[in-house]
Amino acid sequence: MGKTLFEKIWEDHIVKQIEEGPSVLYIDKHFIHEVTSPQAFTGLNNRGIKLFRPRQTVATADHNVPTLHQELPIKEELSRLQVEALKKNCAEHGVELYGLGHPYQGIVHVIGPELGITQPGMTIVCGDSHTSTHGAFGTIAFGIGTSEVEMVMTTQCLLQSKPKLMRININGELNNAVVSKDIILYIISKISASGATGYFVEYAGSAIRSLSMEARMTICNMSIEMGARGGMIAPDETTFNYIKGRRFAPQGEEWEKKLAYWKTLYSDADATFDREININAAEIEPMITYGTNPGMGIPVTGHIPSFSEIDDKERASFEKALRYMGLEAGVNIKGKKVDYVFIGSCTNSRIEDLRMVASFVKGKKKAAGVEVWVVPGSHQVEMQAREEGIDKIFEDAGFMLRQSGCSACLGMNEDKIPAGKYCISTSNRNFEGRQGAGARTLLASPLTAAAAAITGMVTDVRELFN
Amino acid sequence: MQKLEIIKSRFIPLKIENVDTDQIIPARFLKATTKEGFGKNLFRDWRYENNDETKPRKDFVLNNSTYSGEILVAEKNFGCGSSREHAAWALKDYGFHAVVSSFFADIFKNNALNNGVLPVQVSEPFLQKIFQQGPDSELTIDLGNQKIRIDGTGEEESFDISAYKKTCLLNGYNDIDFLISIKNDIEIFESKKHSENSKSYQLV
Repeated sequence: MGKTLFEKIWEDHIVKQIEEGPSVLYIDKHFIHEVTSPQAFTGLNNRGIKLFRPRQTVATADHNVPTLHQELPIKEELSRLQVEALKKNCAEHGVELYGLGHPYQGIVHVIGPELGITQPGMTIVCGDSHTSTHGAFGTIAFGIGTSEVEMVMTTQCLLQSKPKLMRININGELNNAVVSKDIILYIISKISASGATGYFVEYAGSAIRSLSMEARMTICNMSIEMGARGGMIAPDETTFNYIKGRRFAPQGEEWEKKLAYWKTLYSDADATFDREININAAEIEPMITYGTNPGMGIPVTGHIPSFSEIDDKERASFEKALRYMGLEAGVNIKGKKVDYVFIGSCTNSRIEDLRMVASFVKGKKKAAGVEVWVVPGSHQVEMQAREEGIDKIFEDAGFMLRQSGCSACLGMNEDKIPAGKYCISTSNRNFEGRQGAGARTLLASPLTAAAAAITGMVTDVRELFN
Repeated sequence: MQKLEIIKSRFIPLKIENVDTDQIIPARFLKATTKEGFGKNLFRDWRYENNDETKPRKDFVLNNSTYSGEILVAEKNFGCGSSREHAAWALKDYGFHAVVSSFFADIFKNNALNNGVLPVQVSEPFLQKIFQQGPDSELTIDLGNQKIRIDGTGEEESFDISAYKKTCLLNGYNDIDFLISIKNDIEIFESKKHSENSKSYQLV
């Protein structure tokens, strides 16, 4: 019987199988950041041992950094101490750190692919649930907790049980203005915020094949938002072309060897999945969320469900979400006033996202009273945007281009949305308080977010096309 | 790690679905570099009005002195979202030794197990039976026999846990010690992976 893409990579990384227990899975690349690593380093230090494979470990500071004036010391003491601890730990354990001020600094899931560190067939982990992003290259990539970070630091291995496998096929032509963020918000709205728990998901089909690498990363990034351990897409010419020539991409003879291996990475025709879902791309419209989990998504032209459309068992959660969001059941989402627009996060902060927004807003102005933050995913993305004159377009539109970091995605650093305010955000989570205590998040694509920046309200971006 | 065998305690009912780790411990409290002290910020924004410790929200169960215990009982999909292990540290630091739900998010489940907080997955009907019990009712979680019992009514249900993890918890072993003990196997695996014959040659 044939093998799935997941099985091919998984089996290639099994060091040992524990009887009636998990597998010992070898990890090729370990990304670390300031928030989920300090306690793991302490664990190593307490044992008096050094990090086992520093050359397979890459560090950056992203969650807890300011996105303005990064050249100055971090104002908030605890944040500064955490970033300093990362610097000290990396120096002591011989780990390469792309910290503040380094030309490669950025959000961990943006820099890995951008530098060519992320390559097909790898196992990649990080103490961050959006590690699933790297699956876009045909890797097994997933988020882990700090105890597991310590395991990888200590032995380059993890104890993992093989997850169930799901394939989501999206075939057909995408509608105008529908981008990859809409695809994943649509999928999650269909199968719910817990619909893929226990599974690893492979995305396939012609609509997925038609996407760029950066668009594929957006989809894999949000796999965790439906509970999946990770998401992946089989590598193809798009993947190989993206990797070629990047800073840490293989070269010459090594490139040829790896390319030959990468071309074997796909699910065989007779491979089987525990669950398979088929979606017609034409069904998908620009999407937005109205509630407090990413499964609460609707088309921007649609209405918030009315009580009669909600299952009795879901009613309490639904009411709680609407209460928090200050929204009413049954009403249209279009026209809802927004206060902030956040374009950024590991979901949508890459150069293509910025280009997409820039080409749409060129010659337009933001609405009065709306604050618009564009936060590039890495220092390289910021530099590229400046080189292409995208910064000028944003400036003319009244958008603020900031410096790279996780920013307002998670209400941890200086960039927070005030209580009660509405933020249309290209990030990945609309949980209560996610963007700051009391903040109200509407998740959407960069295009839909940009449209709201121009009109000051939730808008169907297609109505603004010339 | 502390050994875990039998937990017999009253419980705190949290009748909310999809409790994500941002609620368990908001991101602004993740700045510490140690594992201690997270309990005081457990469910911070559900516990206090406007982030003010002097204004506990009366309608939140942790502020209701009628309820107490070492077991938290929550609706389905507990621990979804961020991978932050701080959520498990906060629950443990607050005094919980087990969380009962009909469904756990994967990463949280691992994080909890790695910290000696037992995630007990029960059927939806059994979960609702627990919620129907009064505040003085006790639960007994017997890890060795993989049973959870409502002491007042005697009703019980079995729960799943991997044999490996069960042995770890019963004996206070942890995964890191185990992995270190097989480092030789790991090095042999690495040398095979680096060899010319490996199809994923030098992937690392």
